[in-house]
Amino acid sequence: MHIPDGYLSPSTCAVLYGAATPFWYSAFARVKRLLNTRLVPLLAVSSAFSFVIMMFNVPLPGGTTGHAVGVGAATVVLGPWASMLSLSIALLIQALFFGDGGITTLGANCFNMAIVGSLIAHLVYRVVAGTTALTSLRRMVAAALAGYAAINASAMVAACELGIQPLLFKDASGAPLYAPYSLHVAVPAMMIGHLTLAGLAELFVSGGVVAYLERTNPALLSPSSSGGMDKTAQESPSRSGWGLAAPLWIRLALLMLLTPLGILAAGTAWGEWSVRDFSSPEMRQKIQSASGDVAPPAHEPQGLERLSSLWSAPFPQYAPPFVRQPAFGYVMSAIFGSGLILGIFLLMGWVFSGPGDAATKGSP
Amino acid sequence: MSAKSRGMVERSLSSFVGALEHAFAAEELAKKKGLLQKLDPRVKIVAILPLILIAALARELRVIALLFALAVALALLSRVPLGTLAKRVWLAALTFTGFISVPALFLTPGRAIYSVPVLGWTVTAQGVRTALYLVMRAETAATFSVLVVLSTPWGNLLKALRVLQLPTVLVVILGMTYRYIFLLLRTAHDMFESRKSRMVGKLGSRELRRVATASAGVLMSKTLQLSGDVYLAMRSRGFRGEVYVLDEFRTGWFDWVMLPLFTAIAGLAFWFGR
Repeated sequence: MHIPDGYLSPSTCAVLYGAATPFWYSAFARVKRLLNTRLVPLLAVSSAFSFVIMMFNVPLPGGTTGHAVGVGAATVVLGPWASMLSLSIALLIQALFFGDGGITTLGANCFNMAIVGSLIAHLVYRVVAGTTALTSLRRMVAAALAGYAAINASAMVAACELGIQPLLFKDASGAPLYAPYSLHVAVPAMMIGHLTLAGLAELFVSGGVVAYLERTNPALLSPSSSGGMDKTAQESPSRSGWGLAAPLWIRLALLMLLTPLGILAAGTAWGEWSVRDFSSPEMRQKIQSASGDVAPPAHEPQGLERLSSLWSAPFPQYAPPFVRQPAFGYVMSAIFGSGLILGIFLLMGWVFSGPGDAATKGSP
Repeated sequence: MSAKSRGMVERSLSSFVGALEHAFAAEELAKKKGLLQKLDPRVKIVAILPLILIAALARELRVIALLFALAVALALLSRVPLGTLAKRVWLAALTFTGFISVPALFLTPGRAIYSVPVLGWTVTAQGVRTALYLVMRAETAATFSVLVVLSTPWGNLLKALRVLQLPTVLVVILGMTYRYIFLLLRTAHDMFESRKSRMVGKLGSRELRRVATASAGVLMSKTLQLSGDVYLAMRSRGFRGEVYVLDEFRTGWFDWVMLPLFTAIAGLAFWFGR
């Protein structure tokens, strides 16, 4: 699944570097807060472990063997944040020195395997393991499923990235410039291999490592452990997550205030037309000029007309109906939208932090 | 010992040995006196990275082919044997990407240029172009990045990444990761070899899987133990969380001649490859 150079367009690579950066930043801040001065040795050695584990040959049913990324095992033992950093560092060294995965596509590979993989593994492990004891069979099954789900989610994201390339990037003759297969070929081609062989390798490594640790060193499976992380967590300054994210809050507020900038933009947001726009001569002109002088259809598309009545947004066109000043409406919409997203994440944090605390208490 | 059990253990062993050999071969090549070896590692990164990016950006097959020719010329001037490149990079990339791009010859819609006699499948001009784009981009980018890696001691290359504004702490972690990879590779190698020396009976697939995953578990326990030991060793030598990197690189006249030259080549390739 290590995407080499040349398979993704540089713009896709830039977007995925951009998508990975906030996760790296946030993961680094969280792990540093937890580990304090232990950060450097723990990340260095666990990254080296992630690198070496990718070389293990795992026998699979049917006489074949496969390699695992180790994302399930790393997430269960190190936690999702340290896991995504360790895997990213291992992927960087693989790309640089061993030519596994490209340099331009490193952001994509880290996003798919390290970030999506770690988050999905964490989610599945927490949901399936619940509040069971650290040595229970259910935890082993949870780890195995976490590894399987994580590697398949990573493969799915990678397949989508590859599958959109021929739709977006073609040369003058119509030949795709990068990965040539569209979604209906790329998705099954990637998923068949991962739902079977690669997924099984990950399932066995995650489940096997957790089963081994359950027998020999169950303390490592405690959510607050990670090789003695708990002690240093007490030593570290007691700065809360909210305080630590202060620079992000300031930037978010600034971005909200800047949202009315969109009013200044001339023209129309391509592809975001409403049914009414197709009947307005002025808008038809704008659509035509924004679409390379291709005239829009004479009548509004029937599907669009039918579906547009299904859902009426509470803030149509980003402005609440009771607000007459568009700039104020934009800011209000930004505050409401951001608040809704933050609310969902706070709720998720509250839901998922519950079982973890209980599991810690229940550890032997 | 059964053929199957020998396969699993020895394949893992050969992966570990292969990684070590790869690193040692690179250290040897980095010591040779060639063009790229003479460049400051920071200059090398700033000079070669744009070429990799432009090989990915270019919409002209000829420009990508010229960039590939430049990479081959750089290899010759840096005394990197073409046989090593062919074996390690070109063949590997051609096998992988070539295999992936073959169906594109037939699946890409476009002007038919050839029909396979018995099967009746049609090769399109667009299919050939897209397969060439994929293979040539992958080969060119891989050759450039391997040249940088083969002409620079790896520790220096990691330090030089600071030129890309990577935080110092990350550069320190990367350097340590690189060192501990060798220790853990050695540990994993010893674990598998000692297991191999004790295997006399026939192990089934399930048993072999247990051996592999338990070895991974042992390695994980050892890793976390090691991180604690390393931390204590660092603390005892005065480590308080701040990290520093010695800035030992010096640029010379040769760097300042080559950097504009590489930048000019990158600029021209960007212009003609638009």
